[in-house]
Amino acid sequence: MTLRIRADIVAKILEQSRAEYPDECCGVILGPEGSDSAVELKQMINAAHSPTFYEFDSKDLLALYRELDEKSKEIVVVYHSHTETQAYPSRTDIAYASEPNAHYVLVSTRKEIAPETEFRSYRIIDGEVTEEPVEIIATSS
Amino acid sequence: MSSTTSSTEIEVRIPTILRPYTKGEKLVTAEASDLRGLIAALDAKFTGLGERLLENNELRRFINIYINDEDVRFMGSLAATLKAGDSVTILPAVAGGCK
Repeated sequence: MTLRIRADIVAKILEQSRAEYPDECCGVILGPEGSDSAVELKQMINAAHSPTFYEFDSKDLLALYRELDEKSKEIVVVYHSHTETQAYPSRTDIAYASEPNAHYVLVSTRKEIAPETEFRSYRIIDGEVTEEPVEIIATSS
Repeated sequence: MSSTTSSTEIEVRIPTILRPYTKGEKLVTAEASDLRGLIAALDAKFTGLGERLLENNELRRFINIYINDEDVRFMGSLAATLKAGDSVTILPAVAGGCK
């Protein structure tokens, strides 16, 4: 399955990954339940404040899921950055992937590829990683 | 604990990834007076669910459980007491990293 995502959302995620460097940044993109449509960017705080690990704050996590329930939304994308390694799910990422319906997006900010930034998407289901194409939709601003 | 409390029916929200254990149910109930008892009661109803929540008899590091709006880690973890009307939410941590 292809992840379709607006260019302005991609730009904001890349901006966040650079702003929070050297720590990993993280967040989600929400959409209406059952839509698989990534429309609402929600940047999250990396409670681990670490260059090698990210974790949503436990209170933020509860608030996020309450919002999903109350407003009939779903997590369409879970994203985070890798600061020095490639944009491919690590063993940790695979072990903790808990949303079988989500697209897992990885952004890499490693210097050897700057100013290019990798933006890749995966499905992670039962420990199995499948990369999928990303279609960036141009937005006029 | 100083006093004995009787079991009461508690509503529990189950996250997507654990719904295969509850036949797809998002909201289930079980009777207990504390969190440890609740997990045992859930496991008795939905075989295998307990193992997804506990490791070596402790709450798994990357499972968050809330009683109403409070993370149980701030309420005594598995010893956290439950009373009538409490609502429990189970959420796997959203976490990862490059290692």
